[in-house]
Amino acid sequence: MSRLAKRFASLARDGRKALNTYIVAGDPVPEATVPAMHALVAGGADLIELGVPFSDPEAEGPTIQAGIERALAHGVTLGDVMDMVSAFRRDDRDTPVVLMGYLNPFLRMGYEDFCTQAVAADVDGVIVVNLPPEEAGTFQEALRSRHMDLVLLVAPTTTAERAAYIAGQGSGFLYYVSYKGVTGARHADAADVAKRLTGIRAVAGGLPVLVGFGIKDGASAAAIAPHADGVVVGSALVDTMGSTPVAGIGNRLKAQVRDIRDALD
Amino acid sequence: MSRSNRVPYEAPTDDGRFGDYGGRFVAETLIHALDELTRLYASVSRDSAFQAALARELKDYVGRPTPLYRADRLTEHAGGARIYLKREDLNHTGAHKINNTVGQAMLASRMGKTRLIAETGAGQHGVATATVAARLGLECRVYMGSEDIARQSINVYRMKLLGAEVAPVNAGSRTLKDAMNEAMRDWVTNVDNTHYIIGSVAGPHPYPMLVRDFQAVIGNEAKEQCLAAEGRLPDLLVACVGGGSNAMGLFYPFVDDDGVDIVGVEAGGEGLGTGRHAAPLNAGTPGVLHGSRTYLMDDESGQIAETHSISAGLDYPGVGPEHAFWKDLGRARYASVTDDEALAAFRVLNQTEGIMPALESSHAVAWTLREAARRPREDIILVNLSGRGDKDIHTVAAIDGIEV
Repeated sequence: MSRLAKRFASLARDGRKALNTYIVAGDPVPEATVPAMHALVAGGADLIELGVPFSDPEAEGPTIQAGIERALAHGVTLGDVMDMVSAFRRDDRDTPVVLMGYLNPFLRMGYEDFCTQAVAADVDGVIVVNLPPEEAGTFQEALRSRHMDLVLLVAPTTTAERAAYIAGQGSGFLYYVSYKGVTGARHADAADVAKRLTGIRAVAGGLPVLVGFGIKDGASAAAIAPHADGVVVGSALVDTMGSTPVAGIGNRLKAQVRDIRDALD
Repeated sequence: MSRSNRVPYEAPTDDGRFGDYGGRFVAETLIHALDELTRLYASVSRDSAFQAALARELKDYVGRPTPLYRADRLTEHAGGARIYLKREDLNHTGAHKINNTVGQAMLASRMGKTRLIAETGAGQHGVATATVAARLGLECRVYMGSEDIARQSINVYRMKLLGAEVAPVNAGSRTLKDAMNEAMRDWVTNVDNTHYIIGSVAGPHPYPMLVRDFQAVIGNEAKEQCLAAEGRLPDLLVACVGGGSNAMGLFYPFVDDDGVDIVGVEAGGEGLGTGRHAAPLNAGTPGVLHGSRTYLMDDESGQIAETHSISAGLDYPGVGPEHAFWKDLGRARYASVTDDEALAAFRVLNQTEGIMPALESSHAVAWTLREAARRPREDIILVNLSGRGDKDIHTVAAIDGIEV
């Protein structure tokens, strides 16, 4: 059983919602990332999404763009990101880590090379923002043969028929984007999400559905969570990474995640 | 030329592939809009009323057909093959870009969209989009890198006069690629009421196909005009390639004419060896950016590289996927010329023919001057003069140390 599947099974057993937390690898400095990952877990995160810096992040709002720019200023590469996951694994064998980014760095490394290194680093899966399932074939096979998950996204504009197709192609969990727009731009509308998620969960075939975009604190997490299997928090954490002196990041992240965790539970 | 034993060119496939290139590498939110656009485009392609209305717009509003002009003094200067110029600079707004924006604005109206957005480098596509928005009474926002805003101030002001909002983009290299990122972000947010007019044969399917088809009027006219003037097809087609829409517009109608050689000219900047250029087909590798798989300039970790060209319209790290396909097929060759060569050609065309080309188009002229000298007088070279150079006067004057 994959680390993601195990984690979702145990959450379901306990009747808890998944809290998935996103930070950008290498933001604001490379040495901050592994301690920040441990802080997220200490605060109550169930999953970590580690952003892979890319020069042209088309779907990100200003906050995450800024985080990516801070990381790129230190020349952080996909290889470096996997080294960070390896370092994290020395102290945490259980928390699933999913890499989230844009296709070109993966393509440039080569899918086979990437998968070999990702397995060695104990990466659990990837989310590639600009890789819809129709384009994912080769990468998906490479991931699947190593038991890594390709997490796919469903948007408010996705038709019901297509949502079923995407659910059939993806693995790990299904990521529902709560609104039309870039990350961190708006609030997730709970009523709207509730309406859409009923249909999506019906076609998800048992795949957990997590909601991201527009969830920034305990209140917004608690409003969305009843309709989903969990939530994703990103921009709010990246904002903390960018506005806190490096030495203080751990404590602030932990407290921030703890607030959301408490609201969810 | 006998073509009996070869299958006619047919690309892209239904899923937008040109061989290994193209496709649809975008966020899920946009898939529905791309599907809708694809379906609408397929239906208007068969709709004679739409096609007739488009032809009327091109004639009465854009001013088509543009002349095919035999440039005798330029020919004499080069000292070899005869050079013809396809005068896209004579279109309304001064470049080929409007062929596409007129067509896409008609599609936007059919979809009931009330707002147009565009990215622009040199500003020609921005002006062409602002123009059709004014003509149709649509709201318009144009994204432009702040570096390009500085070097293309005339076009920025033109867009404002046309009623468009020009949104400066300060991210990354502050040029065309960053403007395109920002336009994609706008589109993802406002997809319900907004149509994104991509200005080149780039982006996710169906854009590379749709923009090519709207621009193919260039090649279709040129073919007829060359046959009328010379009784035969040209030996060689030449056009500059940034994203590659003027080039594909000229080239595409000739794809099955095996006797016609095709050369696209990329921006060699300060020289391919310096790394400061914008020539992905000459010096790049295949990758994925802005919705399609194509040749790109990126570093070994997959970050998109900063590019350089004297011409803002060519200053882009990618290229339309169909050009990538043609490069691999060998149907076209892709050369490059430097900033200095393009500038020299800019001056030569001014002084031999009384025509001021855009710095983009000057790249095609520069390569042609080199090539014409190597060819006999009997050969015909047909060059796409994609735009006029008024917008570049400040850039050239600054190089000459003159304040205008």
